[in-house]
Amino acid sequence: MIDRTAIKPYGDTLNDGRIQISFSLPLEASPEAEEAAKRLAGKMGIEEVSSVSMHDMGEGFSFHILYGSCKYSVDATNIKVAKVETKMMTYYEINAFVKEKIDRKLNIIGACTGFDAHTVGLDAIMNMKGYAGEYGLERYPEINTWNLGSQVPNEALIKKAVEVDADAILVSQVVTQKEIHVQNLTNLVELLEAENLRDRFILIAGGPRISHELALEIGFDAGFGPGSLPPEVASYIVQIVHKRISDRERS
Amino acid sequence: MDCKIKIDNDLLSRSRKAAVMIADKVEELIKDKTTTSVERTIARLMGVDGVDSQGVPLPNVLVDQIKKSGKLEDGVFYWIGNAIIETGKTPQEIARAIGNGDFLITDFPEYTNEAILSVTESVVLDNVSILDEVAEERAKRQIQYPEGPAPLLYVIVATGNIYEDTVQAKAAAKQGADIIAVIRSTAQSLLDYVPFGPTTEGFGGTYATQENFRIMREALDEASEETGRYIQLVNYASGLCMPEIAVMGAFERLDMMLNDAIYGILFRDININRTFIDQYFSRMINAYSGIIINTGEDNYLTTSDAVEEAHTVIASQFINEELAVRSGMPKKLIGLGHAFEINPDIEDGFLMEIAQAQLVRQLFPECPIKYMPPTKHMTGNIFKGQLMDGMFNLASVMTGQSIQLLGMMTEAVHTPFIQDRLLSIENAEYIFNNARHLQDEIVFKPDGIIQNRADTVLKETTAMLETIVEKGLMKAIEDGMFAGISRSPGGGKGADGVVVKSMNYRNPFMDIFKRGLGVL
Repeated sequence: MIDRTAIKPYGDTLNDGRIQISFSLPLEASPEAEEAAKRLAGKMGIEEVSSVSMHDMGEGFSFHILYGSCKYSVDATNIKVAKVETKMMTYYEINAFVKEKIDRKLNIIGACTGFDAHTVGLDAIMNMKGYAGEYGLERYPEINTWNLGSQVPNEALIKKAVEVDADAILVSQVVTQKEIHVQNLTNLVELLEAENLRDRFILIAGGPRISHELALEIGFDAGFGPGSLPPEVASYIVQIVHKRISDRERS
Repeated sequence: MDCKIKIDNDLLSRSRKAAVMIADKVEELIKDKTTTSVERTIARLMGVDGVDSQGVPLPNVLVDQIKKSGKLEDGVFYWIGNAIIETGKTPQEIARAIGNGDFLITDFPEYTNEAILSVTESVVLDNVSILDEVAEERAKRQIQYPEGPAPLLYVIVATGNIYEDTVQAKAAAKQGADIIAVIRSTAQSLLDYVPFGPTTEGFGGTYATQENFRIMREALDEASEETGRYIQLVNYASGLCMPEIAVMGAFERLDMMLNDAIYGILFRDININRTFIDQYFSRMINAYSGIIINTGEDNYLTTSDAVEEAHTVIASQFINEELAVRSGMPKKLIGLGHAFEINPDIEDGFLMEIAQAQLVRQLFPECPIKYMPPTKHMTGNIFKGQLMDGMFNLASVMTGQSIQLLGMMTEAVHTPFIQDRLLSIENAEYIFNNARHLQDEIVFKPDGIIQNRADTVLKETTAMLETIVEKGLMKAIEDGMFAGISRSPGGGKGADGVVVKSMNYRNPFMDIFKRGLGVL
């Protein structure tokens, strides 16, 4: 019986806690370096540590692979993770939804902002061809799109979003060194707020290191991490646009 | 090579003919123009370096002043020569004086071209002889420390700190890497100047500066001595400072430069004219200095689909090759790029990768082919990623690729950790060694999947090139024929740095390089 209040890693027996870790140390390979790696693992809460591989890397570095048992467990019964709550629809359902319930085409604009030159994620969502067998937003008859490409300043993105009366702004950030992505995204929110435009757009961040939780934390409406597909993003947008329209009509 | 893929010679000769016609048009377009970056390069070739009190690089100070006075059409060489006659100072002293606001270089009385040529002769020849010495030094070291067998192992370092980079680069060399590329800081390609001095801060990479080149070169020379293999150094002669970086690399004995005739236009939105003019001179510098260029066709496949758009890669290779030849590059220096980017879920995708790699190999037999690893379909599942990189390595050794940019299993996660590089080198060494002569044993089945795939791609390539001839390269780019990206001739960054040359204009370095390379 699995005790969900005390979950441990599973190797080949319940609650054996078996895990593998690997890392480099700035020590040349030696029995002492191996022992240092094992002690470090011990401090991470790993017991019965065995070093299965040590490799000298030159320049005074060594690479270690270790196995052991994690002594900690977590209570999985009270975990809350922020996630996109809208219903996932298909390409056809999304277009039908827009036609029926919104009765106008949606406008979606996307960009890789700041100095980021990596458009692979944005293209996967926006380009006609799409990704993993799912059409990109450009293909959706009920959605107008503007893909501004790479290295777009936040100011230029906002200007274009206003010009095309965008319903949603997609921002892709791939480069994350020194948290540059967080700075870029935060700066966009600040600029929008300063111009009183924040509530006008659904603001969406995407990228390999973006989570919904992180996006919410920095003032976006949603975040889509690695592996997200065009219909996931589109489903979210059309439902939120619809909700906002209904809310407005009610009030 | 006789039993490999059968190539339709009619398609091949039509493709080459189309590339020649495309390159003719490009040459026609650029021949009466220069750019601010070409002029800064000439200033550097005359010995101008360093920064003014505001930190502005002196080549920029000099060229900007001439441009502001509306006299850049005469070229920086003319004005420096003129100022030498008037002041008796060296080019560096002249640039410094302009930086200090002592005088405007364009205010001096104008002397004749003959007088200018005569007073600048020694400074021109002295600096060219530095380039000659550097190239000789490389040749000498390459004999002393011979390189390993192809495919050569190429890895990147990208810490942002040049001193940290040297530690990782030396470790990689000792682990077996043959080639080290220092990735540039994000967006350096859009800076219209080259930063100065050693740098320790950068995003996603380390700034390309001449001092950083020197520091890394020194470290890799040490690594060569320790490993017995000549370790090659790579940087980027691309972006708005393409020819300037080429000449800095030539001075500091870089061995390879990423340099593409179209990449900057498409992926950095740099002006078309600017790029074509800059690539022409930068390639001439690379050619004269014996530096291999790496073209960037692999990038098309990160944006477009690798199956549907395979022919765009080869069409671009024909164009890049022909444009490089126009700059006097021998084939052995033209490192054409492509990539292993087919979706791994496709049945027989590996066969298509082999068809593509073998086709490129056979179409450009004398060029060192640079093969780029899977990136688009790397997911963060590092274990599968390591296997995909293994398949990539196998495709490479089976098809005789030359320069293998090693895939990292942590692609799509972070810039490589030191152990990521170790594991990728181990992966490549294992497969290359274990399958070293597999390519000599393989015959491709006539009418088989691989042969048919290669036929299809070559047919599409020829058709694409002939369409480009019809509409012109500019219009082809505007129509989004490469990577689905559209750029207009008047648009893009750096357009204001393009200048039509006057009657006074001279670039004696280009004349010397052309003579040395046998370019008419």
